[in-house]
Amino acid sequence: MNELCLLSQLSEGEIGIVNAINVTGSMRRRLQDLGLIRETEIKCLFRNVKGNLGAYNIRDAVIALRNSDTSRIEVIRKKNGA
Amino acid sequence: MGRDNMGLTLSSTGTNIAKKDLFEYNALKQREEILIGLAGNPNVGKSTLFNNLTGMHQHTGNWPGKTISSAIGRIKYGEKQYLLADLPGTYSLLTHSKEEDVARDFICFSGAKKIIVVCDATCLERNLNLCLQIIEMTDNVCVCVNLIDEAERKGIEIDFDKLSVELGVEVVSVIARQKKSAKLLSELSELSVSQKKIQIKYPSVIEECIDVLKDSFIKYNFNFSERWLAVNLLTCREEITEKIKTYYNIDLMQDKQVVTALKMTDKIIERYGQTSESIIDKVARTFVKKAEEISGKTVVKKQNKENTVLDKILTGKITGRILMVGLLLVVFWLTIKGANLPSELLSKTFIAGEKYIDIFLDKLNVPEIFKNMLICGVYRVLTWVISVMLPPMAIFFPLFTLLEDSGYLPRIAFNMDNFFRKCNSCGKQALTISMGFGCNAAGVTGTRIIDSDRERLISILTNSFVPCNGRFPMMISVISIFFATSMAISDVISALIMTALICFGIFMTFIVSKILSETWLKGESSSFALELPPFRKPQIGKVIIRSVFDRTLFVLLRAMAVAAPAGLIIWLMVNIKVDSVSLFSLCADFLDPFASFIGLDGVILIAFILGFPANEIVVPLTIMGYTCSGELQQVSDMETLKYIFTSNGWTAVTAICFLVFTLMHWPCSTTCITIYKETKSKKWTFLGFVIPTLCGMILCFLINTVYKILTAV
Repeated sequence: MNELCLLSQLSEGEIGIVNAINVTGSMRRRLQDLGLIRETEIKCLFRNVKGNLGAYNIRDAVIALRNSDTSRIEVIRKKNGA
Repeated sequence: MGRDNMGLTLSSTGTNIAKKDLFEYNALKQREEILIGLAGNPNVGKSTLFNNLTGMHQHTGNWPGKTISSAIGRIKYGEKQYLLADLPGTYSLLTHSKEEDVARDFICFSGAKKIIVVCDATCLERNLNLCLQIIEMTDNVCVCVNLIDEAERKGIEIDFDKLSVELGVEVVSVIARQKKSAKLLSELSELSVSQKKIQIKYPSVIEECIDVLKDSFIKYNFNFSERWLAVNLLTCREEITEKIKTYYNIDLMQDKQVVTALKMTDKIIERYGQTSESIIDKVARTFVKKAEEISGKTVVKKQNKENTVLDKILTGKITGRILMVGLLLVVFWLTIKGANLPSELLSKTFIAGEKYIDIFLDKLNVPEIFKNMLICGVYRVLTWVISVMLPPMAIFFPLFTLLEDSGYLPRIAFNMDNFFRKCNSCGKQALTISMGFGCNAAGVTGTRIIDSDRERLISILTNSFVPCNGRFPMMISVISIFFATSMAISDVISALIMTALICFGIFMTFIVSKILSETWLKGESSSFALELPPFRKPQIGKVIIRSVFDRTLFVLLRAMAVAAPAGLIIWLMVNIKVDSVSLFSLCADFLDPFASFIGLDGVILIAFILGFPANEIVVPLTIMGYTCSGELQQVSDMETLKYIFTSNGWTAVTAICFLVFTLMHWPCSTTCITIYKETKSKKWTFLGFVIPTLCGMILCFLINTVYKILTAV
């Protein structure tokens, strides 16, 4: 079963498929430049000590994003092995 | 906030920058050489390729944002001369930050004969996004896929012929780090205009708008395609018309045909039930999807090797912090340990040389006073600069460059983001701090990678809290002179002191950033996306050669250029007497009461003031000030040096205050000028000068006072 959650809620190693991007303005553009649009597959690689900054694999590049932004991106969490 | 405060907004400085570039472009166009631009995503090896092609030594590093303004170099191939521009990395033509603006303007408006889009083979799909945007804009494009060796190791295979067919432009593959770019050069020489380049197909609403718009600009004969301009008028109308006004002196909004067409497009957009926001989304989506499609056809990933082990160690809770401080410690220890012996050897050699210069000048019958002036004033300060500064620089710079090359710096930014978030500033500030280690002026320019103006100002104002090239060896030398003893672990102690000082400087950066973001630069921490590049094995041989010859010698020559006149000034001040008291002692005595208030003395303060153009000379000038007025003539080793300091009243507290003041005082003249250039505001330049100075003075005062109270009790 796949479930809806926020990108910030993915744990290390989990994969999510972008469902909705509720970020606006220049950050939305920036994410689009990086190839983050609806239906993009994103993997959470690791997080920083406090867990409020995550490193994600977006189209083969490793990008660090703050939770304040990733909590506004909805993803469909892929179950491991799925 | 007043207008002054918004010194960084596009409205007040954007056109200035553009106009400056416009003149530069016009100058470039008038040359006979053919202008070519190297564009691409950040950190794909544009600078490495540039250096390789031009034989120049543009500084490279493994982190996004290393190149902040374009460098231009010359290549000769066959009969033709080319001018090659190395542009800052950009993710897209719809820009967000200052450095990207430079790249975008060049790509769109410089009139370059060819744009080479450099792509990273390890993440081609993302890179294709920008590629497609540039191809859409102009016909003169060639794609250069770099880092194919790295991709091979990762099990990624790319079908270049197919890629060339798909894009409809020439595609070359290179390994920029190796000298295998001859192929690219031959491609360059052809400069053929591609006829069958890919046509991007937008959703029908946008296509309809393009059809309405595009005919109205054919008459202008722009360098870029009509389709591209039409789409830009839909997505960022104000910006693009402003740019065209600047570069072409054409106001599209005065063109009735264009205005009418634009009104029609508004109706089309409305009919489709879209908004300007959703149109931007659709355009962006079109490019991303197309890139995905092409990459799907041309890239084969044989295995999915994803290695995050090293990252997890470097960013781990305990390991990350230990490694961060540990690396600093090791770098400083190596520097201090390694610099001692060569420093002594150098100064002994120079002292021996003094006799010969003396004899030589005697033979030329140079009057005694000039001889004295040259030897005691110029020669001694010059040789001091070399023997005190050269060894630590020659060891520290290569070590630091190795760190830069490996890709560790963005991980530091990743680890420290939490602190920056708490200070309401940008996580990328860690990168500009790292640049500050190299040179504060470069650090200040480097803040262009920060999107938000508010956060950018914070990092500009706090950049000089980390010691640069010039101040760093100065601190090392004082630590080695004053705290190094004959004990075996003294080097370790020195390294610990140095590490503690650096950490303290960074701590002050946080404090001041926090204060600024609560007062003059109030605001919340904004969004940011930081790319963490893959680790690369540094090219050790190259790094050593490059950092010694380019960086070390550059800094040393600059220091020497300032040291010679400064030495002369000190000598004159010592020898010009007013009522049998030298001008130097007059000044020193005048500054002394204030200086002793903050734990220093008049001589040190004079050295700091004269060191404004280059901090490197502060220690040599201080020694000069002490020895010139005293009877001590020659200094050969650390013990004598320590004796000079202690006999002039230095205590451990003086040394600590000296170190703290070195860490925090006015930025050097180059940095001040750069702050003014970047902010275009006297107010912020003034604050950039005053904030670190005040911090340093207050702290030195506190240290001194606390010490006095403690010893009095």
